[in-house]
Amino acid sequence: MANGFRKTGWLSVWLLLAGTPSLAAEAKKPNVVTTTEDLAALAREVGGDLVSVEAIARGYQDPHFVEPKPSFLLRLQKADLLVLVGLQLEIGWLHALIQQCRNPRIQPGAGGYVDVSSSAEILEVMTTPVTRAMGDVHPLGNPHYWLDPENGRRIAKTVEQKLAQLRPADAASFAKRFGEFDRRLAEAEKRWEQKMAPFRGRQVVTYHRSWPNFVKRFGLVVVDYVEPQPGIPPTPRHTLALIARMKREDIKVILVEPYFDLRTPQSIARQTGAEVVVLLPSVGGVKEVKDYFQLFDYNINLLAGILARVK
Amino acid sequence: MKRTLAAAVLAGLGGLTAAAQTAPEILERLKALEEKVQALESEVRALKSRVEPPTAITVSTEPQPRSAEPLPSPSGREGVGALPYYGSATASTKIFNPDMAAIGTFRGAAGSAGPRGTPALEMPEAEVALQAIVDPYARADFFLSFGESGVELEEGFLTFSALPGGFQFKAGKMRAAFGKVNTFHSHALPWVDRPLVTQNLLAGEEGINDAGLSLSRSIPMPGQIFLEATGQLYRGDSGDLFRSQRRSNVGAVGRLRGYRDLSESTNLDLGFSYARGHSALGLAEARAVAARPSLSGITRLYGVDATLRWKPLRRAIYRSFLARSELVWGQAELGGATARPLGYYVSGEYQLARRWHFGGRFDRSERLDLMPLRDTAGSILLTFRPSEFSQIRGQLRRARYGERFTANEFLFQFQFSIGAHGAHPF
Repeated sequence: MANGFRKTGWLSVWLLLAGTPSLAAEAKKPNVVTTTEDLAALAREVGGDLVSVEAIARGYQDPHFVEPKPSFLLRLQKADLLVLVGLQLEIGWLHALIQQCRNPRIQPGAGGYVDVSSSAEILEVMTTPVTRAMGDVHPLGNPHYWLDPENGRRIAKTVEQKLAQLRPADAASFAKRFGEFDRRLAEAEKRWEQKMAPFRGRQVVTYHRSWPNFVKRFGLVVVDYVEPQPGIPPTPRHTLALIARMKREDIKVILVEPYFDLRTPQSIARQTGAEVVVLLPSVGGVKEVKDYFQLFDYNINLLAGILARVK
Repeated sequence: MKRTLAAAVLAGLGGLTAAAQTAPEILERLKALEEKVQALESEVRALKSRVEPPTAITVSTEPQPRSAEPLPSPSGREGVGALPYYGSATASTKIFNPDMAAIGTFRGAAGSAGPRGTPALEMPEAEVALQAIVDPYARADFFLSFGESGVELEEGFLTFSALPGGFQFKAGKMRAAFGKVNTFHSHALPWVDRPLVTQNLLAGEEGINDAGLSLSRSIPMPGQIFLEATGQLYRGDSGDLFRSQRRSNVGAVGRLRGYRDLSESTNLDLGFSYARGHSALGLAEARAVAARPSLSGITRLYGVDATLRWKPLRRAIYRSFLARSELVWGQAELGGATARPLGYYVSGEYQLARRWHFGGRFDRSERLDLMPLRDTAGSILLTFRPSEFSQIRGQLRRARYGERFTANEFLFQFQFSIGAHGAHPF
């Protein structure tokens, strides 16, 4: 019996010590892991070929509900920087992964833990007591802030500064890449604003509160939501009230994220003569949207086309 | 008024030394005091504005200056991490409080009861969770279980989560890493009850849960396989399964877990577990062991578990499927003879809609004693989750017990949580 225990004990020791140390090998390129594809796209803009960038959540999935799969631990174990949206967007899954990844570089408080919300313009910050009777609210502010290109610029700047700290030898390259990104973004912003200018003040309904930064930047007005409260599925009573309001106020556009069921929005649209627009909150929402510029190009072209048509 | 007050204070306090001071010195001190009074006034104003009662729910939509330079962190937000925001004057004093949550479980049962029949209505547990980072090196987790019979430390441990070499070390009271269900708190179970194999072979409701040390490490593997080995040493006391009579009667648990994504939507999780401890024998058995020193009274358990998950990412909040099975084989030396019980369950849960889950489970398990009794049960379940923070579940269970009687039961459960948002179960 004791012999058997000894054997099992040695097997356990071997298993614990087997393999090369997973964190010992310092990769040449800094490994940047981001929670979303938007942050990955911005990190690639400033990092270019000098860094390796991977995202956890896909652009077509709801970033609130990502499963903390052990395969993500493999990515986090070798990360030099973890770039996250923050404001509790990833509260259901990221901290479980961080706790289990055994990587001291990206633990909260360490230099590699980069919450880019601290550099962005945040809207809808709750300034009064919060309860869950309000739904699944984000008391620290709306986490979909990357949908204003100005915040994209600020996020890119934060990542550039972090990369420069991590690889001082490449700091000039990162700064140059950021400068180039800033210039291209400024040009694109003019183009996007020009395209959306005729529609300033147009009222829309959205499914979830994903768009405050986007609509503020491009002059649209969100009057109501398909969800009665954030994170709460549509109810018949709320849907009926929404239909009545849309008819009364002649609202003709419903914006829906690609991961929500279209049945309720389409039913509302049938009764109000509105159009349902599947707008992308994230890079990777559809195959052809591969970077931050394409995200806005896609959304603005789609939206401008619909808004021009529905008058 | 301010100047008069400052002058009076100065006159009172400085009277004794006034004779020794020149007029310019007095004026300089007066000016310094005036500045201090102004600073205090502005602090008082700031404090007053923070304690003013809120009148309505408001959100700040004030634009901030546009600049390529990142904005400084808003006060009180940086470093808060996952802590809840209270939005009141005392928020800053709560920043270092742990994340706190309370999870209530209310349970009911109807129909004919089995050997471990539960009451018609009960509040078996209210769990309080306190979790926080201790310092740059470790975090702490406490789970207190308030039941109808008192308060118990369900788990309480310190985790060094970022040791060199990919190691993770825990010390405290914790649920042993034996299989899957043993590690689940009651509120995280996908059923109202625990499977028969847990009841019969793994110390019942409490499971293998003891004070001890745990060391785990992820082992680098090719092909995007996640492999983790865990070794744990326990005092050796776990319900009616293990009992430590002396300090050397420690228990040990080992687990090897492998995980791989089969596709973007599907993954497979496999585990092999081993547990060893001194049997929690009755008096008669203890005497028998004492009379025959060759019998050590050791109980060994071997477990295999497999979980297959499917969740299409585009519709992850509406559709998912989880199939899970655990098989446990025991070897217990009981008063001169050896019992070799076997038990297993197979379960599945399909998400029908955003808030609805349908599931089933088949159970079969022998008991950890010398009597060749075997229990078998089948269940179907329906769960409704109004939100992430509450759920209502019903379970129809038909069980055929080894004593040759059948129990048909309807179990139901209400669960609700308040406080910090915990991690989603996986």
